Amino acid sequence: MPTRPGVKVADRYRIAIIGSGPAGLSAAARAANLGLSHILLEKTDRLSDTICRYQKGKHIMATPSQLALRSDIPFEAGKREKILGLWDERTAGHSVHVRLRSEIVTIGGEEGAFGIGLADGETIEAETIILAIGTQGNPNLVRCPVEEGAAVQYTLDDPGEYVDEHIVVIGGGDAGIENALGLVEDTEQRNIVTLLNRGADFPTAKAANVKALRAAQEDGRLTVLGETTASAIGKHEIVLDTRDGETRIRCDRVIARMGSAPPRAFVEACGIEFLGPDRTAFPKLSPTFESTRKGIYIVGALAGYPLIKHCMNQGYDVVEFINGNSDLKPADEPLLEAKFRHLPISQPVEHWLEYLGSKARILQDLSPLQMREFMLDSEMHFYRKGAEIFAKNDPGSSVFGVVEGRVSVELSDTDRSLTQAIEEGSIFGEVGLVSGRRRGATIRAAEDTICIEIPRMAMLKLMASAPAAKRAVTEISTERQLLQMFGSGLKSADLAEVMETAEIRDVKAGEAIITEGDDGIDIFVIRSGSMVVEKTIGTKPVFLSYLPAGSYVGEMALLDNKKRTATVRAAIKSEVIRIDGRAFRALLENKPKLLDRARRDMAAREELNNFIEAKKDSFSSVVDMYSSVASFLIENGMGEATDVLLIDENLCIGCDNCEKACADSHDGLSRLDREAGTTYAHLHVPTSCRHCEHPHCMADCPPNAIHRGPDGEVFIDETCIGCGNCQRNCPYDVIRMEKVPPRKPGLLSWLLLGLGPGPGEPDRKWIDKRVPEDTAKVAVKCDMCAGIRGGPACVRACPTGAAIRVAPEEFLSIARLKEDTF
Amino acid sequence: MALSDADFDNAGRPTRRSVRAGDTHQSLLRYRRMLWAKIAFVGSLVGIVSYLLIDVEPRHNGGGWYGYTLGTLSVLLILWLTMLGVRKRLMTPGRWSLKAWTSAHVYLGLALVVIATLHTGFQLGWNVHTLAWALMMIVVLSGIFGVLAYMILPRRLGSNRDETTEAQMLENVADLDRQLLDAAQPLESDIAVFVQKAMEEDAFHGGVGRRLTGRHGGSATMRALAEIRSRALSGTNAAEEIYDRLDGLLSRKRAALGRIRAHLRYKGLLQIWLFVHVPLTFALLAALSAHIVSVFFYW
Repeated sequence: MPTRPGVKVADRYRIAIIGSGPAGLSAAARAANLGLSHILLEKTDRLSDTICRYQKGKHIMATPSQLALRSDIPFEAGKREKILGLWDERTAGHSVHVRLRSEIVTIGGEEGAFGIGLADGETIEAETIILAIGTQGNPNLVRCPVEEGAAVQYTLDDPGEYVDEHIVVIGGGDAGIENALGLVEDTEQRNIVTLLNRGADFPTAKAANVKALRAAQEDGRLTVLGETTASAIGKHEIVLDTRDGETRIRCDRVIARMGSAPPRAFVEACGIEFLGPDRTAFPKLSPTFESTRKGIYIVGALAGYPLIKHCMNQGYDVVEFINGNSDLKPADEPLLEAKFRHLPISQPVEHWLEYLGSKARILQDLSPLQMREFMLDSEMHFYRKGAEIFAKNDPGSSVFGVVEGRVSVELSDTDRSLTQAIEEGSIFGEVGLVSGRRRGATIRAAEDTICIEIPRMAMLKLMASAPAAKRAVTEISTERQLLQMFGSGLKSADLAEVMETAEIRDVKAGEAIITEGDDGIDIFVIRSGSMVVEKTIGTKPVFLSYLPAGSYVGEMALLDNKKRTATVRAAIKSEVIRIDGRAFRALLENKPKLLDRARRDMAAREELNNFIEAKKDSFSSVVDMYSSVASFLIENGMGEATDVLLIDENLCIGCDNCEKACADSHDGLSRLDREAGTTYAHLHVPTSCRHCEHPHCMADCPPNAIHRGPDGEVFIDETCIGCGNCQRNCPYDVIRMEKVPPRKPGLLSWLLLGLGPGPGEPDRKWIDKRVPEDTAKVAVKCDMCAGIRGGPACVRACPTGAAIRVAPEEFLSIARLKEDTF
Repeated sequence: MALSDADFDNAGRPTRRSVRAGDTHQSLLRYRRMLWAKIAFVGSLVGIVSYLLIDVEPRHNGGGWYGYTLGTLSVLLILWLTMLGVRKRLMTPGRWSLKAWTSAHVYLGLALVVIATLHTGFQLGWNVHTLAWALMMIVVLSGIFGVLAYMILPRRLGSNRDETTEAQMLENVADLDRQLLDAAQPLESDIAVFVQKAMEEDAFHGGVGRRLTGRHGGSATMRALAEIRSRALSGTNAAEEIYDRLDGLLSRKRAALGRIRAHLRYKGLLQIWLFVHVPLTFALLAALSAHIVSVFFYW
């Protein structure tokens, strides 16, 4: 390697490249090949320090696969060591001029005469600078309290160093997943590894990594906790905040891989502006990678491109641009051109991207480079006026953005003239982001319209990487939820003031948003999850009612000017919108219809309060009983259920006719296990689908085969590939992986001739004999007998009335106390 | 932007269908405020009053227009009541509920006693006609036993089960046997015999009588436990630890056997009456055919 520290080759270099990662290396190789005088400055004593820091033996992937590599240095998927070796060799081959141990302190001067101040006191002069320093030097740190002496690290060099440890890896990105897999690769090390992921999906990770992680999880080699964050780290223990509440696990070491942010302070000190105020925002760049300070170019991760192939292409391109090659198109140009080709307006890709950024609100803060990457996953559509974009009940979970034109939502199934417009710049279809429900309404183009269609995973990725996009989506969906909830002819404009005060808050399971006796007057809207309302009677909290997502609470104190009359706490991890009470009061004063409605809602709740107050002496044991049963059901997942099968053990004779009916109604396989499950006070929750509000099974279905039907049922369609992800993700064990048995002889043939196995699920032997060995298993779960006249077979087939299906809000209402079926 | 309820943005929460067939929390006896009890009661009352008011010469005998009406009604009722067995096993779509059928089956079955007995005109004797009536009465009586069992036993079945499944209960016993085998290895042969016997005792020990009454007194596990305790007390053995462990294991086995036997007993009692109810129904149908044929051929 031709390193000549301290020796100045030319008075002034044409190009100084700062950072020797994939982007810097590729740029230097291009410069060397073009015969430009250049210098590659590297802070550490080896090239590609970040890649060197990848764990030993790590397999490096070459994604996106459809993108061609354009660089003088080769790169293809392979082991870390092999790739690094190849790069070192080629760097030498191209006579790249490298200066190691050269940390940059300042950049002075201007284009044509920059002075780069190094930490060792030297100054290097260059006409242009390529900044390729990446973001790894600035990892996101854990924000929860960390006990002194607890081991928390942000990199993992050699997983082989750790033996017999309980290790928690935080972060569901590629780095976290690869670290976790590396730590469990050699079972001899006996590490017990847990991976924490903030969400249920892994939108930012490569598909192959997620697959490997799932496989490891299935083999029991590691534990994956979704929807979980760390809330405190101790020396030998970590406190976790999970969907269902707080839990503690043993933990000797935390490896935090929660992404990294641009080293903003340094970059800004160089006189470079950023796109936005967010910590994770990227620098403002021209399409030729030039920053706001003339002569300084930025490529690679710092430009918003974390993938190696992108970085290398950019390194090549930027040197070509600097060298005056203005005709060069980025390597992804042909792919993007194809995306825009069929649109009625014909303009270069560059203009399109700019146009999209200026039109669609969710894309506003993306750099042109981020836009390019994002567009690779998305599709453009053109619709003539009146054309249907999607129909009600169509499957689909992509999000659409209106780039030009206007679309209309059909509000009524019967009267097509009742419509609501969605204007240019806004989005629709965003409900698919939270649940896999089918489309809730038909949407047509109100005029000739251009839309961008963003697949669910790409949208999640966008929201994860661009805070502004997340904000835009949240605001739009919040506003829509409020409008829909309050109804009463409200318009978007009426809500302007309320929206300004609205803030989204995450609430942990068990945390109270309203405390009895407090003074607050704020209103809370439950966005996801659910809440329970409790009132303290004597010294005990008594369960009053259950609030599902989509309801609001807190209006009593506002309307009555009284203290809070009950405590509202989260049944499971939830998200609420907090609305300032004063802003809401102003809205109520302007909208008498809305006030009426709020008063009606309040009257119902007051009645309930009074009922409890009246009963508290005479019926305290009844109230107690009810309250404890309610708590039991909430613990058993009723908090997120939309429809659940319960069995009254005072009536159940154990005939299993429910299971038989289920099997006979669906391919001969029962989707419920009556006997298994938990019981409290003779109320049995069998193992059967609760049709969760945010179904865990949907989180990671490769063919996207799990949907929510029009009646709320969560079902699996025929595209199931039998991967078993849903079975693993279901916290209630209600999904089976089975081979579908053939049709059995009818009831009469069995009754009269003894043919076939009779009613109910055939025994395993009978199935195995008739199903070919290599038949793939498919996931089997309850679909609430959708499409079967008469409704759920389990309930219809119960001879004694023990089996009932209920929605939690119906079952967990105090009104049940007045009935004596309990 | 004002969107209606039918809109797409509903926080992911579905609207629910209204109450579905039979989907209310009511037992079969209380189904629709005992609708079928009322119908059965009114029907029986009409039968009794008309029996008293209508003057048949020389006396009520099952014949004549009135007797034939009661007879026909009884046959139709019996045939319909029999159909419950088919309804239960034939999972067709539609807005029916087995609970409603069972409710009607119970109350109309009780009404049948009145209607069919009035049909006899209380002329009973040793013939095929009375045989049909007697079989019917036994079927109904076994049914009444069944309803009582359904009312009383489920809560006991549930409490005894306490969230364990039948398979888990059996597995529990097998697991204890494995541990007993381990623990008994150091024992002298004279005492090991008792443990051996205890290990051989399974939940199904004894016949149907024992199964249903729950009397399993003097079981091998109990004897082994008594033997172990007497020896531990008399201080003949230094290996106290082994005895303690065996004592614990045998006590647990006794409890585990107790639970699964109670489970099987309740399940047995919930089903045993069907072994009378169903076969005798077929016998009744045969006797009924003979009764009808003989009446019309030899009148």
